[in-house]
Amino acid sequence: MHIHKYERWWMIFGVAMLIAFLALLAFAAVENSIVPPSGMQQIDPKLVAQTPPFNHPGLRRLSDGSYEAYYIAQVFAFDPPVLTIPQGAKVTFYVTSTDVVHGFFVPGTAVNMMVVPGWVNMQTHVFRRAGEYLLLCHEYCGIGHQDMFGKIEVTKR
Amino acid sequence: MTSDLQVRAENRVVIAHIYTSTAAIALGAIFGVFQGFSRAGAAAAPSWFDYYRILTMHGVLMALVFTTFFITGLCLFVTYRAIPRERKLALGWVGWLVMLVGTAMAAVEILLGNATVLYTFYAPLKASPWFYIGATILVLGTWVVAYEIFENVVYWRRTNPGAPVPLVVFCAAATFVMWIVATLGVVAEMAMLIPWAFGWVPTINVLLTRLFFWYFGHPLVYFWIMGAYIIWYNIIPTRYGGNTFSDGLTRLTFIMLILLSTPVGIHHEFMEPGISSTWKALFTVTTYGVAIPSFITAFAIFASFELAAIKQGRKGFIATVKSLPWGDPAFSGAAYGMLLFILGGFGGLVNASYGMDAVVHNTIWIVGHFHVTVGGPVALTFIGAAYWMIPRLTGRALWKPEWALMQTRLWFIGMLIMSFSMHFAGLLGAPRRTADVSYGGAAVAQAWHPYMTVAAAGGVFLFLSIIMFVAVALGTLVQNRKTEPMAAAFATSATPAGATPAALQHLFRWGVIALAFAIVVYAGPVGEILHHPGYGAAGMRTW
Repeated sequence: MHIHKYERWWMIFGVAMLIAFLALLAFAAVENSIVPPSGMQQIDPKLVAQTPPFNHPGLRRLSDGSYEAYYIAQVFAFDPPVLTIPQGAKVTFYVTSTDVVHGFFVPGTAVNMMVVPGWVNMQTHVFRRAGEYLLLCHEYCGIGHQDMFGKIEVTKR
Repeated sequence: MTSDLQVRAENRVVIAHIYTSTAAIALGAIFGVFQGFSRAGAAAAPSWFDYYRILTMHGVLMALVFTTFFITGLCLFVTYRAIPRERKLALGWVGWLVMLVGTAMAAVEILLGNATVLYTFYAPLKASPWFYIGATILVLGTWVVAYEIFENVVYWRRTNPGAPVPLVVFCAAATFVMWIVATLGVVAEMAMLIPWAFGWVPTINVLLTRLFFWYFGHPLVYFWIMGAYIIWYNIIPTRYGGNTFSDGLTRLTFIMLILLSTPVGIHHEFMEPGISSTWKALFTVTTYGVAIPSFITAFAIFASFELAAIKQGRKGFIATVKSLPWGDPAFSGAAYGMLLFILGGFGGLVNASYGMDAVVHNTIWIVGHFHVTVGGPVALTFIGAAYWMIPRLTGRALWKPEWALMQTRLWFIGMLIMSFSMHFAGLLGAPRRTADVSYGGAAVAQAWHPYMTVAAAGGVFLFLSIIMFVAVALGTLVQNRKTEPMAAAFATSATPAGATPAALQHLFRWGVIALAFAIVVYAGPVGEILHHPGYGAAGMRTW
């Protein structure tokens, strides 16, 4: 089958572009840890409220100065509804759901997770800018979905 | 040759499919324009018919009903016309009827508020079992149509030994080979959902249902795109006196789409727990792979434009653009669709990009993206092709062809306005699928508001455009007499089909290879989920 010269060049260009994009993504993943959240820990959705550390949702400070934030997502609210953390803090969010699938999204950041009942999803973020951040559910979860939001207050250091 | 009576009988089958599709886009548009107003804060859904029911109707009608009925109609039309023979038409009718019954069942459950689960119906949102059964019946109806098309391919091969299947039929059959491979995923999902929705099993593996959904959900996108490619390769060149650029490359494109469309679905699940990052990286690579047949198509289409211009003695970029029939509604629809697809293609690469997806996942950027893919190139090409098909189906000249032309332009402008606004608002963090995005007056949410207002204005353009399309489609039936010839010609290739290698003339064995390939690529993540079955979800009705 004859393939026109220009067509061959164009296909080589297209594939080379895809390979270059993939190389950039691989570089960003390895060098800057830009990887998607992939929590692999499981939890019984019926027993979330009794299972530590989700029996006391909220912020924990670790000995190395970083933080862990434990969240429960359920129709139609986040627990805790408000989180206060100091500017520059490195926080790892751990989120699980007791009912249906929810989203966990902080606009203006790359904190973006699906929250699936039975699983704990996790993602780490450093809040460099002080101010008030919106936390919202970005997966349709029922009639009150638009009311499912919270707040993250990053206080000036 | 076939009798006039035979052609008319075939046309009636196709008319049933195409006009059902037209009804779906008309209803879908009414729900759609309302969503724009709601999100802009200009209107609120009544208490007896909430926003999410409207959204479910819009998604199901546009993504599943409009597109599917159009593609079944289109593929039956090209098969009937390119392989003329005396044939029984029972299967075309049975397919249509089964699809219609399934659609009606699902629609009734949605309208009654028993299935406000959006068109993705993610478990453990628990809809009425009849919604899932209706959707399954819709899919099974498409399999009947697929069988009808495949039977004609087999007939052609039997009666024309050694000769390649006509290119347009090859493309149509390839589309349905891919569709069979892909819909196995949704049927598997339904086999989990239906017993659970009836309460026969207490819990469900949520991750597995989501994986099965996207095993089907992304190739669904390619089903739409292959429908548009059938038109771009085989029908649009006849509008400017051109040829299909290459028989072999066209077949290669469709075979690549059979192979590469399915093992990509997990790029919708990058933000998911329970699927390790290794598999997410693998699916980034496979999703990039499916861009290649689209690159080939972009070249082939523009090369075909240029060769036709050269044939008319015109040379150069501007002369080529000027030589094209911009006043022809079928061409106009397809051409504006192609322009939108350039935006859609680049946005798609962003969405498929592993860690980068975190910036846009489940924001309204994604909604902007699929409105410049399925809502742009696909819908506009289909509507344009309807303007070409309707006279050939009914024998009636198009009523108000100037409206048809204006409609394609209005749609293009409306879609640019709406989808650009959605892309920008998404980058600022506006979520998708949300009735009210004011979030108690949060500062970040206020920044989205102007974009939502502009998007709603774009939606009004689209709504007016659909009214014009429906007016032309119905006006043609009511107002015009039968004066038009019903003959339909498809583009011939600039290169002879005989030069196409035998490997590119197979269809069904590529389907088997595609299924095997999909199973191999999905084996990792499926194995992982089955290895950690964890806790099932009971499910609930949260609306």
